[in-house]
Amino acid sequence: MPGVEATEPLELPIAADRDVVKVRQAMRSFCLVAKLTLVDQTKAITAASELARNALIHGGGGQARLALVEDRGRLGVQAVFADEGPGIPDVDQALDDGWSSGSGLGLGLSGSRRLVDAFEIETEVGRGTTVTITKWAR
Amino acid sequence: MERVPILKLGDVLLVSIQIDLEDEVALNLQADLAERIVDTGARGVLVDISGLEIVDSFIGRVFADIAATSKVLDAEAVVVGMRPAVAMTLVDLGLSLGGVRTALNVEKGLKILREDLGLRGVAELDMTPDRPGDT
Repeated sequence: MPGVEATEPLELPIAADRDVVKVRQAMRSFCLVAKLTLVDQTKAITAASELARNALIHGGGGQARLALVEDRGRLGVQAVFADEGPGIPDVDQALDDGWSSGSGLGLGLSGSRRLVDAFEIETEVGRGTTVTITKWAR
Repeated sequence: MERVPILKLGDVLLVSIQIDLEDEVALNLQADLAERIVDTGARGVLVDISGLEIVDSFIGRVFADIAATSKVLDAEAVVVGMRPAVAMTLVDLGLSLGGVRTALNVEKGLKILREDLGLRGVAELDMTPDRPGDT
């Protein structure tokens, strides 16, 4: 969303391929407001792309909520990806490199965790999965 | 749905990605390239990604698949112009793009194809840098 001052939290639906692109673009504008370095922006946007696609493909769609966060004067971007899909029976296995339940390379969860400063996952079989990531400005 | 244009330069197909790639658009590009290789008998494929701000695992896999498909169809694919931040992110992500040949820019990619494959057409092109610092 170029031109939009991304200070208020933003909720975006994830229901189709193009929504993954929209999440990336919105994530970028939040990263710019938080003044992340170019490399950190790229990492945060890439992680958001992975998690939005996971919600779409494995969760059958869901939503993303992006927000600016602050901690002792330091700005960051937090993104929450929630779906009401089948959930993940074995989270430790899902976070292993190379493991995949779908057509990906199995890097979605484990890879995106390495790209951000904080990564939390809540999942329940039959109820869905919520992943929260945070990237702080340096 | 947007489509990424494919240009023919002698024996080389040139693709320059200037849009934020939807998954479907990336898959269409892969299919279009395979068809164009067969239709034209191209021996080289150059994919310029200098316009891409991010490459995630899906798009990275499409590049790997483009390289593998090209090889099966007797063509060599080179991915050029990856931004430094994208390269660092791919390494963190765990995506090594092992089977994908890369070069820093279009000119160097053409040089690889010209020298390694001795391609017709490419050899005739006079590639002079149009931007300072591009070489």
